[in-house]
Amino acid sequence: MGRYIARRLVQGLVVILGVSIFVFVITRVVGDPVKFMLPLSASAEERDARREVLGLNDSIPIQFGRFAGDLAHLDLGESTYVRGEPALDVVFDYLPRTIQLVALGMLLAVVGSIPLGVLASRKPGGLVDRVLTTLSLIGLSMPQFFLGYILLIAFTVKLQWFESGPGPWRTHLVLPALCMALPAIGRLAIVVRSAMIDELNTQYVKVARAKGLSQRRILGVHALRNAGIPYVTLLGWEMIRALAGYSVVVESVFNWPGLGFMAKTAIQHQDFYLIQAIVLVVAVIVVLLNISIDIAYKALDPRVKLS
Amino acid sequence: MNSVNAAPSLANPAEKEAPLLEVDHLEVQFFTRRGTVQAVRQVSFSIERGETLGVVGESGSGKSVMAQTLLGLTELPGRITGGDVRWKGESLVHDASATLARVRGNEIAMIFQDPMTSLNPVFTIGTQISEVLRRHLGHTRKQALVRAAELLDLVGIANAAARVKQYPHELSGGMRQRVLIAMALACEPELLVADEPTTALDVTIQAQILDLIGDLQRELSLTVLLITHDLGVVAGLCNRVAVMYSGKLVELASADDLYANPAHPYSAGLLRSTPRLDVVMPRLVSIEGTPPDMISPPPGCPFAARCDLAVTECLEEMPGLHTYPDGRKVACWRAFEVGRG
Repeated sequence: MGRYIARRLVQGLVVILGVSIFVFVITRVVGDPVKFMLPLSASAEERDARREVLGLNDSIPIQFGRFAGDLAHLDLGESTYVRGEPALDVVFDYLPRTIQLVALGMLLAVVGSIPLGVLASRKPGGLVDRVLTTLSLIGLSMPQFFLGYILLIAFTVKLQWFESGPGPWRTHLVLPALCMALPAIGRLAIVVRSAMIDELNTQYVKVARAKGLSQRRILGVHALRNAGIPYVTLLGWEMIRALAGYSVVVESVFNWPGLGFMAKTAIQHQDFYLIQAIVLVVAVIVVLLNISIDIAYKALDPRVKLS
Repeated sequence: MNSVNAAPSLANPAEKEAPLLEVDHLEVQFFTRRGTVQAVRQVSFSIERGETLGVVGESGSGKSVMAQTLLGLTELPGRITGGDVRWKGESLVHDASATLARVRGNEIAMIFQDPMTSLNPVFTIGTQISEVLRRHLGHTRKQALVRAAELLDLVGIANAAARVKQYPHELSGGMRQRVLIAMALACEPELLVADEPTTALDVTIQAQILDLIGDLQRELSLTVLLITHDLGVVAGLCNRVAVMYSGKLVELASADDLYANPAHPYSAGLLRSTPRLDVVMPRLVSIEGTPPDMISPPPGCPFAARCDLAVTECLEEMPGLHTYPDGRKVACWRAFEVGRG
């Protein structure tokens, strides 16, 4: 187990290195932060002078060498958008809000998807199943920004149950978390449903019935634990995509100042250092999440060998 | 045996107390898109305490479907469409949910054909045996695990204390069937239903498992209903044999009678196709043809089309299950006419 985790961490380092090279090159090729740093009236000489100060006139390999050297000291440079702040500090200022959002969103997704999927699996093709399957399809095929605006208009503007922007979680976080959760519920419930249908048709479930176990134990313990195996795979994906993708859209729609919101802003302002810091930190979290998913797998299914 | 106050029916010495299990004109149908499959047709028999009854028939004869009704395990699209199953006089078919909850795994236990898939892969052997004890006998987790190890010991699994902590994938097929037998015996059931318990196992392991069932049957004075397609399996274990064909019971006889002198041509055909050590057999003979379509079974005897002795009557009218003077029951117009080839 320890050796496995160590090996996965080393593999993760390679992934993170690859991601950082990729982001480094892409930002250098397509963008120029200086144009956002100086007033529009600044002359070409002034811009060039600023580029020189930032070291952006050197060749990309030389720039990367400098970046890698600083990275070794966990120095990711200073943000050009949030002036004078170390980029990493900015990331850690905004990251907790994104973690709150993803955590609450995924909690809602789990709490919603398992009962719905189990309910639908009870009578495949029945009314409950068809209604739930249709709702799932609607939920997962609706664009997230669109769903976000609908929620915002309904619950913030009309009903005024919630508010947008930063604030206490009860009033400000529930709605964006719901926006993150609803499509995930759709995707996850479909997996729970089909996995449960498979499990309920197995021989061990018939044996469990013959043993006289209660329906609750057969469904909730025997079948659900097995259905949990494909479920955990997808849930892991959902978490990664929520963190590294959906958070940008959801935080922008609900004006929730998390890392996704900051990532969008950093890209808009061509803030190389902040973009790099965000991508690196997210990459580290994704690597750690993947290792946790494998461990969860092992915990659910004794047949899994970690190697 | 004092018949002075007894009801008139008790005056007949053949009538005894109610049998342990009574299957009474049972009918099971499967409602499929292609039509209604008549899987079990008007099957009646009973099992007395302490006996071992074998139910023999080929695949699709309805024997497993019949066995599953005993524990209310009939699965959609199958439904019990007629008759009854009575356990010590109580119906296991009509308004039976409370009775089934008490009886399943407790008074009647069942073992199945495929030990490789009959255990839940994600729970330990100990957990899966314990849950029966906790459910029916109210054992605590600790008590149940201790008892689970004892049960594994009983079914011949060495090092039981360590085995309870193992998962099914760490055990061989034969071992798993032993675990399933231990699980079935956990609550000391009065009836053990064994549905093709050896079919999925290697030949050597088959013999071990059959010996185990035989030993347990004697030691625990179990009543056993053994379902199999293999007459060889029945020979060593069963007192009586029920032969099923095409959803119908065609012969019910003591094992000795059946082997010595099968009355139904199908029983005889089955015997001719089973290798035996006690009789010189020139060669094994298979039964020509295939069983009839169970969606629209023929009006006459279902075996008539494959039967050497069939006459017009056989094709036109279904023979009833008739009780003969020697006590056996046969559904055939030409019962006892078959010679052994």
